[in-house]
Amino acid sequence: MPNTDDHPLFATRYSRWENDVTTTTHYPASTTTEQIEIRTLCVLVDNEPGVLARVIGLFSGRGYNIDSLTVSETEHQKHLSRITIVTRGTPMVLEQIKNQLDRLVPVHRVIDLSAANPAIQRELAMVKVRGKGKERSAAHELATTSGARIIDETAESYIFEVTGATDQIERFISGMLPLGLVEVSRTGVAAIARGAEVMGARSES
Amino acid sequence: MTEMTGAEMVMAALAEQGVEHIFGYPGGAVLPIYDALFQQDKVRHVLVRHEQGAVHAAEGYARSTGKVGTVLVTSGPGATNAVTGLTDALCDSIPLVVITGQVPTHLIGNDAFQECDTVGITRPCTKHNYLVKTVEDLPRVLHEAFHIAASGRPGPVVIDIPKDVQFAKGDYFKPKEFQHKGYRPKLKGDPEKIREAVEMMAAAKRPLFYTGGGVINSGPAASEALRELVKLTGFPITSTLMGLGAFPAADPQWLGMLGMHGTWEANWAMHDCDLMIAVGARFDDRITGRLDAFSPGSKKIHIDIDPSSINKNVKVDLPIVGDCAHVLDDMLRIWRASAPRPDKKAFDSWWSQIAKWRSKNSLAYRNSNEIIKPQYAIQRLYELTKDRDTYITTEVGQHQMWAAQFYQFQESNRWMTSGGLGTMGYGLPASVGVQLAHPNSLVVDIAGEASVLMTMQEMSTAVQYDLPIKIFVINNRYMGMVRQWQELLHGGRYSHSYSEALPDFVKLAEAYHAHGIRCEHPGELDEKIREMIEVKKPVIFDCVVDPAENCFPMIPSGRAHNEMLLGDAAMSVDEAVTEEGKMLV
Repeated sequence: MPNTDDHPLFATRYSRWENDVTTTTHYPASTTTEQIEIRTLCVLVDNEPGVLARVIGLFSGRGYNIDSLTVSETEHQKHLSRITIVTRGTPMVLEQIKNQLDRLVPVHRVIDLSAANPAIQRELAMVKVRGKGKERSAAHELATTSGARIIDETAESYIFEVTGATDQIERFISGMLPLGLVEVSRTGVAAIARGAEVMGARSES
Repeated sequence: MTEMTGAEMVMAALAEQGVEHIFGYPGGAVLPIYDALFQQDKVRHVLVRHEQGAVHAAEGYARSTGKVGTVLVTSGPGATNAVTGLTDALCDSIPLVVITGQVPTHLIGNDAFQECDTVGITRPCTKHNYLVKTVEDLPRVLHEAFHIAASGRPGPVVIDIPKDVQFAKGDYFKPKEFQHKGYRPKLKGDPEKIREAVEMMAAAKRPLFYTGGGVINSGPAASEALRELVKLTGFPITSTLMGLGAFPAADPQWLGMLGMHGTWEANWAMHDCDLMIAVGARFDDRITGRLDAFSPGSKKIHIDIDPSSINKNVKVDLPIVGDCAHVLDDMLRIWRASAPRPDKKAFDSWWSQIAKWRSKNSLAYRNSNEIIKPQYAIQRLYELTKDRDTYITTEVGQHQMWAAQFYQFQESNRWMTSGGLGTMGYGLPASVGVQLAHPNSLVVDIAGEASVLMTMQEMSTAVQYDLPIKIFVINNRYMGMVRQWQELLHGGRYSHSYSEALPDFVKLAEAYHAHGIRCEHPGELDEKIREMIEVKKPVIFDCVVDPAENCFPMIPSGRAHNEMLLGDAAMSVDEAVTEEGKMLV
């Protein structure tokens, strides 16, 4: 390879540009920061192999966030699954997420449940608490006042089941932390719009 | 309903979809399909030398004809080699159906020989993909794939077919009408919004059409409607790299290409306009430059078939989701019916401002009698091929930008270049596909010596099928665009951008049983280009050019449209009245 510093064709020519060119990237800077919002999206999809991978891959591939994700087949005869995603981003990014999801072939509908009238959101958690004596009875009391159910019990442990909005679950878990909490299993958010209106497949709406 | 094997269904569906050519490469997991291919005569197979070449060839075929391009490759490496082409087709919205063989269903997931997770790997680089696990699904999937590839915003679709499904027997049928529950692209734009757009256009003082590849993808009707609307409104028009040819470059309303290497007038008009009408363009970063300084004073109308293209990079005032041809047609109709009278005074001053920008002659370069300037080579190529039935493909880099700047496209579907992905090695195999679709036309790949070596092996394909493609290599012994950035942005440290140990392109051509030409002097250029055109064989034309030439104008890093850099010749154009000045083009 020739020594390009001495190359007669290029010798010091670049110095001309030094004042014009300041940074070393050719990509535009990112847009100015907007307020981050949290949204719950409901995505109705064909329950076919790979459909969840498509949805998740879209989020990871485009750098979107997933706070929680809940999936299950909800209409067996039509093989439709309902995916509930809690995500966060600027309004522009949230609009992109909805449009990008809608572009996937097996996606029937994307509904922003936090947009119109606020939807009901529920999560279920199972919380294992280990302990004896005072802590054990304190855990039992907290569970009773929080409306949790005891679904398993041994001499030194409880498993509580608690259902509610995400912040309720959070409160319950943080309350149990000093009382011997050892394990948590959570479902993620399931959500449904209030009122008589139905979110069905596009062909029915 | 007819009983046949899965492999026979593939051939039957291809034939029913009107496929005449398929590009491919055989291997263990597609042998049953190759066997079925052997026993029919409707679909002609073109054997490439690498699967990436098959996909690019299918892209060239699709882009020059408007049809769906098709590919047939084997499992494992066959599929992974196709990935670059698939991503390229996704970025540029090119309709393809790519059939990949897969190991038998009972071996999937067992790390079998030549197994890979094809649907997993190709999921993010296709519009949609399928793994067909039973032969009963195959007829529907085959036809659905063509529909999805070609409709809406086009794109590549992969069908992964395990070998046992290729052997299995089942009933073949063609679905009567394709009605997908989830997939229904919107063709017609909202009439209220179109009416509103026409009102905005009628009130504009400094309007501008900014058009893209969506117009080409929408078909000849969209180009027709665009031409009519531009004529009727009298607005200036610029286009992205992908949209060249939709509007004729010879027209006085044409401002040239915009963006990073666009013309002075196009980029200034984008910056200063008060109404931007974006048609089938996606506000890519090569177009916008610095986002917060992008066309700050304009209202923006955006017509696009893909809602996810709208408000992705730039917020627009009036989005219209729909197919370009439909929306432009409606616009034309409403414009005619309302017969608006634009502000003539404002209009005249807008055009006189544009004339001032134009007089900068931003594409000017200093020509030479000793050394071939790359711009001059492309200009001569244009002059000597413009009256012929010519198709141009390119590789990626400086030569690509010069081709876009200096080759004047008057029609759509004549220009095949890798825009979104920027795939070096695209042009040669793409020209194979174009030539196959247009056997009597002149097909030229304007190439760079670095790019073209990435897929050079497809010369064998061209020779095997008597495809007289012309590989016009702008040979500057550098990865020119990399070198240019290193010069401008990295203190002139030319790190690994020198094309070392290049082959002798003339001997290389001869080794492929093709024709080789070398041209080192500007005086010989015309004669040798004529020779290239006349030879009825594939040609590699080694055009040895000035290695130091840079591509201007250029919007540098983090800058806005009105902060373009110009080359020496354009900078001094104001005082260019000397004899030397006449050399400026």
